[in-house]
Amino acid sequence: MEKNEKALFAELDSYIDSLPSKQGALISVLHKAQDIFGFIPKEVQAHVADKLDIPASKVYGVLTFYSFFTMTKKGDNRVNVCMGTACFVRGADKILEKFERDLNMKANTTREDGLWSVDGLRCIGACGLAPIITVNGKSYGRLVVDDVPGIIEETLAAKEAK
Amino acid sequence: MINIKINNLAVQVEPGTTILQAARKLGINIPTLCYFNMESAGCENAPGSCRVCMVELEGRANLLPACVSTVWEGMSIHTNTPRAIKTRRTVVELFLSNHPKDCLVCDRNKNCELQTLAADLGIRESKFDGKMARHEKDTSSLSLMRDPEKCILCRRCETMCNDVQTVGVYSAVHRSLETVVSTAFNEPVADTTCTFCGQCVSVCPTGALIQANNTEDVWAALADPTKTVVVQTAPAIRVALGEEFGMAPGTIVTGKMIAGLRRLGFNHVYDTNFAADLTVMEEAHELLDRINNGGRLPMLTSCCPAWVKFIEHQFPSLLDVPSTCKSPMEMFGSIAKTYLAQKLNVNPKDMVVVSIMPCLAKKYEAARDELGGNTDYVLTTRELAAMFREAGLNFHALPDENFDPLMGESTGAAVIFGTTGGVIEATARTAVYALTGKNPENVEFTQLRGTDNIREATVKAGDAELKIGIANGLGSARKMLEAIRDGKSEYHAIEIMACPGGCVAGGGQPYHGNAQSIIKERAAGLYSSDKNAPKRCAHENAEIKKLYDEFLEKPGSQKAHDLLHTKYVKR
Repeated sequence: MEKNEKALFAELDSYIDSLPSKQGALISVLHKAQDIFGFIPKEVQAHVADKLDIPASKVYGVLTFYSFFTMTKKGDNRVNVCMGTACFVRGADKILEKFERDLNMKANTTREDGLWSVDGLRCIGACGLAPIITVNGKSYGRLVVDDVPGIIEETLAAKEAK
Repeated sequence: MINIKINNLAVQVEPGTTILQAARKLGINIPTLCYFNMESAGCENAPGSCRVCMVELEGRANLLPACVSTVWEGMSIHTNTPRAIKTRRTVVELFLSNHPKDCLVCDRNKNCELQTLAADLGIRESKFDGKMARHEKDTSSLSLMRDPEKCILCRRCETMCNDVQTVGVYSAVHRSLETVVSTAFNEPVADTTCTFCGQCVSVCPTGALIQANNTEDVWAALADPTKTVVVQTAPAIRVALGEEFGMAPGTIVTGKMIAGLRRLGFNHVYDTNFAADLTVMEEAHELLDRINNGGRLPMLTSCCPAWVKFIEHQFPSLLDVPSTCKSPMEMFGSIAKTYLAQKLNVNPKDMVVVSIMPCLAKKYEAARDELGGNTDYVLTTRELAAMFREAGLNFHALPDENFDPLMGESTGAAVIFGTTGGVIEATARTAVYALTGKNPENVEFTQLRGTDNIREATVKAGDAELKIGIANGLGSARKMLEAIRDGKSEYHAIEIMACPGGCVAGGGQPYHGNAQSIIKERAAGLYSSDKNAPKRCAHENAEIKKLYDEFLEKPGSQKAHDLLHTKYVKR
C-alpha cells in the first residue's frame, strides 16, 4: 500500500460507483477491497464508510465478524484452512498443524519473511468437500495431511512460473 | 381485530401487535431486558436476542420471545408457567455467568436492570461459572465511561446512537464469545464523532455505559477554605431532582434544591436561568441583526453542546448558521469570573464555578479551549442527588430557600429553556418586544410547544412574521441541517436540542427510559413555573438590566461579544 495507493483507491471507487445500489453492498465492497489491497486497513475502512454513507463503526463491525476479512497485511501466499464444523470433525486441525510444522510458523500469523500466511477460518460453505482449504484463492478439498507438502511445492512453483 | 388469550384472560388487539404489547394491555408484566421502547424518539430496540421474555404457547413445543412475536387468531399464551419462569431464570443466570459481580461498588448499584431482574427472579446463587470477557475500560471522555465487561449486548446504545441520533459511534464487533459493542477500530470514544449527548448512558441497562463522575472534585473544592465556590443550576434540574428522592416526575423542587446546595457548603447559589435570560437578550439581538442586515438565516440556537459538536463533525460547511452566543452555562461562567468576582470582591482565580446540568456533554463543553475554562466542574442531576445522599440530607425535610442576588433572578422565559421549544419561545418573546416595542399580548406561544421531534410554527410580531423550526434528537437535527445545506430551509430561526424531548430528558437526568409520560411531566413542571413567574420575558429581568447598565452596556456590545459569544471549529 505505498506507491500505487492512489490507483488502488481509484479502482475501489470505480467498483463502488458501478454498483446499482449502495444499500446492502458492504460485504461485496469489502471483498473487492481485500482483493485490491490484499487486506483492509483502517484507512480503507474509513474510505468505504464514507463512500457507502454508513458509520465507520458498522464497517469495522462487519469486517471483524467475518474471519475471511483481515486488517493486517498477509504473506505472498495465503493459506486459509476452513475450521467449520464439518471440516473440523474431518481433521482440519491436523491439516493446520501440518502447515505450521512444514512452513515453520504459527497459525493465524504471517511468516517473518512475508512469504506465507496461514489462517484458520470459519465455514467457507463447501462442507461436502471437507476438509477444505484455499491457497491463493484456489481450493483443495477432501484433504489428508500427506497432501500438504505437495500443495506447498505446487504453490511455490506456480509463483516462480509467474 | 385478533382475539387471543394470555394467562386465560381474553384480549382483542390489532394485527401486528406483539405478545408483549398485548400483555401490557392486560396489565400483565413480562420481564424484558434487551427490548426498549424509545418512546420520545419514536424508535424501538427489539433485537429479540436476550430471550428473557420467553413465554409458552399452548400447542407448541418451543417457547416464544414475546417482544418480537406477533399475535395470531386464537393464540393462548402463558407467561408465568413453571417452565416459562424456569427458562427465564436460566437465561438470566447465563447472563450472570460472565458478568462482573462487583454490584456493591458499581455506579448502577440499586439502579440496574440486570440486578433488578436477577432479584425479581429470586436468583440466589451463581449457577454457571462462565469465562469472563476481558476488555479495557474506556475513560478517554470527560463525559462518559465505557466498561464493556458489563455489556450484555442488548444493543440499545447502538440503536440510540445509530438510528435515533444518527451519530453511529457504536457497533457490535467481532463474533460469538468475543462480541463486544465498540467504536470503529476500537478507538477511544473521545477520538470519535461522539457528541457526548449521553443518551446511550440513559438507555444502558447496566453499568457498561456510565457518566464520568466529578463529585470528588467538587467535594475537594468545597473543602478548600481558600476557594469561593459558586454553583449554578440548569432549568431542567428543578423538575427532575425530586425523582431521585421518590417524588413524582415534574415535581418542582427549586427551593429544596437551593437549601440542599447551601448545606453542602456552596458559598453562593445562583441560577443558570439568570444566564438563560442573558442568552435570550443576546440571541434575540443577534437574530434581529441577522434579519435586518441580510445576515445568515436561519439562525440556529447554540445552547446545546452535543448539538454544537454534531454540526462541527457532520456539517462543517454550515458553521456560520448557529448563533455565536455561548450557552447559558458558559455565559454564567464568563460573567461569574468577571462581573460577579468584582461585586463579591473575590479574585477570579480563587473562584470555583460548579454547574448542575441535566447533561453529560456539558462536562465536555466546560473543557473546550476557546471557552477559557470558566466553568470548573459540571455535575449531573444524578451526581447532585448522590452528593445529597452522601451528605445525609433529608431532602423531603429541607426548607424552601431562594437563590442569591446578583445572578439569581430569572423570568419565566428562562425556565422553559429546559424543554424542547422553550429556548426559541423565550427568544421570540423578546424578539417581538424588540420589533414592536411591547410585549406580546399572550406570551405563551403554544404553537411552539409539543413533543414531536420536528415542528414548525409562525410567530407574529406586529406586521412581521417569524418562521420558526424546532428539532429535538440529532436525527431530526440532521434533517433540518440537510434542508439548510440544500437551500430548502425558509425559517428565520431554528431551535435544536440533541436529546429527544430536550434537556428534561438529558443524559444526566434521573433515568427516564425515554418514557413520554415522565418527560411530559417534567416539561409541564417547567411550563407551570413559567406561568407562575411574576415576570415572563427576559428583558424584564432587573438583574440583567443592572448587568447591562453597569457592565455590558447593551446586547451585542463589544464587551458582550468578548464575554458572551464564541466560535465553532471544523472537526
